[in-house]
Amino acid sequence: MKIFSTDHKVIGKQYLVFSLCMFLLGGLLAMLMRWQLAYPGKPVPFLGGLFPDNMFVGGVMLPEFYSSLFTMHATVMIFFAIIPLLVGAFGNYLVPLQIGANEMAFPKLNAWSFWLLPPAVLTALSGFFLEGGAAQTGWTAYAPLSVFEPVGQNCWILSLLIAGTSSILGAVNFLTTILNNRAPGMGFFRMPLFVWSLFITALITLAGTPVLSAALLLLLSDRLLHTSFFIPAGGGHPLLWQHLFWFYSHPAVYIMILPGMGMISEILAVHSRKPVFGYKSMVYAMLSIAVLGFLVWGHHMFQSGMNPLLGTTFMVSTLIIAVPSGIKTFNWLGTLWKGSIRLNAPMLNALAFLSMFVIGGLSGVFMSSTPVDMYIHDTYFIVAHIHYVLFGGSMFAVFAGVYHWYPKITGRQMSAKLALIHFAVTFFAFNATFFPMHLLGLGGMMRRLYDPTQYAHLRHLQPLNVAVTHSAFLLGLGQIPFIINFFGSMVWGRKAESNPWKANTLEWSVSSPPPEKNFEKIPEVFRGAYEYSVPGQTKDWLPQNEKQL
Amino acid sequence: MKPEPNRFLLISRDKVFLSRAYLAALIFFILPFFPHVSEVKAENNVPAAEQIISADEQAVNLPVKRSGFWLPENISTVGGKIDSLFYFILILTGIIFLGVQGTLFYFIFKYRAGAHPKSHYTHGSKRAEIIWTLIPVLILTFLAFWGQRVWKEVKHVAADTADTVKIRVQAEQYAWNMQYPGADGLFDTEDDIRNINQMHIPAGKPVRVTLTSIAKEGAPAVIHSFFLPDFRIKQDVVPGMAIDLSFEAVRTGRYEIACAEFCGLGHYRMKGFLTIHTPEGYENWLKAEALSS
Repeated sequence: MKIFSTDHKVIGKQYLVFSLCMFLLGGLLAMLMRWQLAYPGKPVPFLGGLFPDNMFVGGVMLPEFYSSLFTMHATVMIFFAIIPLLVGAFGNYLVPLQIGANEMAFPKLNAWSFWLLPPAVLTALSGFFLEGGAAQTGWTAYAPLSVFEPVGQNCWILSLLIAGTSSILGAVNFLTTILNNRAPGMGFFRMPLFVWSLFITALITLAGTPVLSAALLLLLSDRLLHTSFFIPAGGGHPLLWQHLFWFYSHPAVYIMILPGMGMISEILAVHSRKPVFGYKSMVYAMLSIAVLGFLVWGHHMFQSGMNPLLGTTFMVSTLIIAVPSGIKTFNWLGTLWKGSIRLNAPMLNALAFLSMFVIGGLSGVFMSSTPVDMYIHDTYFIVAHIHYVLFGGSMFAVFAGVYHWYPKITGRQMSAKLALIHFAVTFFAFNATFFPMHLLGLGGMMRRLYDPTQYAHLRHLQPLNVAVTHSAFLLGLGQIPFIINFFGSMVWGRKAESNPWKANTLEWSVSSPPPEKNFEKIPEVFRGAYEYSVPGQTKDWLPQNEKQL
Repeated sequence: MKPEPNRFLLISRDKVFLSRAYLAALIFFILPFFPHVSEVKAENNVPAAEQIISADEQAVNLPVKRSGFWLPENISTVGGKIDSLFYFILILTGIIFLGVQGTLFYFIFKYRAGAHPKSHYTHGSKRAEIIWTLIPVLILTFLAFWGQRVWKEVKHVAADTADTVKIRVQAEQYAWNMQYPGADGLFDTEDDIRNINQMHIPAGKPVRVTLTSIAKEGAPAVIHSFFLPDFRIKQDVVPGMAIDLSFEAVRTGRYEIACAEFCGLGHYRMKGFLTIHTPEGYENWLKAEALSS
């Protein structure tokens, strides 16, 4: 296996391992933060002494380091864990297989997309080793603060310019592949919903990411060339940064959830032996989310000082975008209705996605209402929402996807026992960590506080902060069974057959793992992807490429 | 065979059901235009003038006690409207949450493979799609109208009256500089009162604060956010802009002003203090400040 392989399956696996490692790194950064929040001013055990004096003094972390923690936690999780997991790992691995193609449209470009990421993340992390520390303005990098921060901010900007390039190249690849490389008989409305979700995600990426790149270049220019795009004294405006940043970053959250939704639709159908309820509605809902997603960015800026009239317009568009998400949720429930539900590892995680994403979505209704947002903006209520949709949503979808497709990717079965332990601990600890944050936010606890006990009006919330920290540590520990299962099963796992779940989509029609050339003969597709439990059939599944006489 | 009639809008042939449904929809649209329906909670929070005036001046110096993991007590005229909207959303999302989670658990139990070996083959239901699209649309439209009304009230900065207390707040890294116009009512004159982090206002009178962000030696002007949790109000303070914020307290007390936008290393300790006096107490404070400067 060549290290710079252009095989989409190899690249998909490289993305998977890289981004899972980044997920762990992001988690470690978060747990350091939680220590400081629960025990402000107390030395961090063991680790405190390892860090240099510009970050820790006497084992106690400095405000500089805390600020870089919340900045880098979000940056690593968003750009190097979740997006690469959903798009790079699952997208690259599954899309050619699911459409009956042997490769992506541009295999060399695909390799470039992956190999840009490790240098990108190293560039961002290198800030930790520079004077002044890593980027410290929050991943939102609001100007003018981000113009005056030390050199770690430049590392952050360069890192995201590289990662953005990787994304844009990937998007071009997915769009071309899905448009051009589908097998005969695979019309658009016979494509699996996962493929649809990648198609739509690629459209969002292509339209949005260049705006972030432009904003980053303007920021770099203000920093290095002393221009004044965001500095009022020179004729610029701080709100320009916010508009440009959020114009990308709001659609970015849909990049981070749509592929997950696509995977969940697959998994729910397969493991309840039923067609997806409302397939076409699901497609139109995803398209609506993508289009509307470009019209709601101002809801991050309700209190920013922009014209209050925009508070009304963005409130309306944000309320509208709740509708397609609701449609998808109801259609998932419809998929489960009168199914035959197998409660295995992929299904448990998929059901958790459904449950947690609903909570995350409903908390969004509070924020969409501009006057209520006046209170909860920049408090922990927002942090709770973010993590319910990104961890409760995207990460549970990732776990479900790993458990579901691991046999195909590696040719081995994972341990069901370890999977159950991982699921149970993660589900419990996740809720114990993030649900109380709604209450912290309602109590008035602001975000990005190095020491919340400095405020008298927050001191009574401290026991809740301690409980959240302990749950966060449990959440971290709960990933150990997953790590053991993931790497261990490659060696110890029982060999997997080509179609252990008895699923219809084309990836299951080849061996586990697939041969280097996916399809010796390109399959012909005769039906949609979800013909399960068709009346009059001897078996309860009917593969897409099975000819019926 | 007779072609299937277009059932897109006609979700049911049941005339009784239809008429009740349309009536419900009509009510949803009319309700937001009746202010008193949505402001029930707010009226309970506006006290009589006697409560303000008879408050013990001593209480002003004690910081307000906090307990419990919920919203702090609202002490502003407009906070009650925000709280009403919040509680409506809480009940609405609560019902949806219980409904969806309940359905999910029920399905998982009832249709588990052991109990339900054969699945029902269906691709969906157009009728279901219409129902679960229209109902959220109606509810969210109602929410939009209500939210818009409250937003307008919260953001509206009324013209200054003789009663309006005007204060300039200049945020810097990491303090709130306060400037009061003094007895002549004009800013930037000799009798101006200036201090750091100490905001004083009278209860029961409108206050108009003008927020700016300033630079100091080695500390650039950055974005801050002026947050009074007990008033439910928050406004980002942006360099290059002077933003007005109106509010009115309904009781006396001592509260903290929080910075709610990350502004640098000292963000976590950028707190100010808000002292709300009785109207007489406020006059006394102004006189005391004028004498000491």
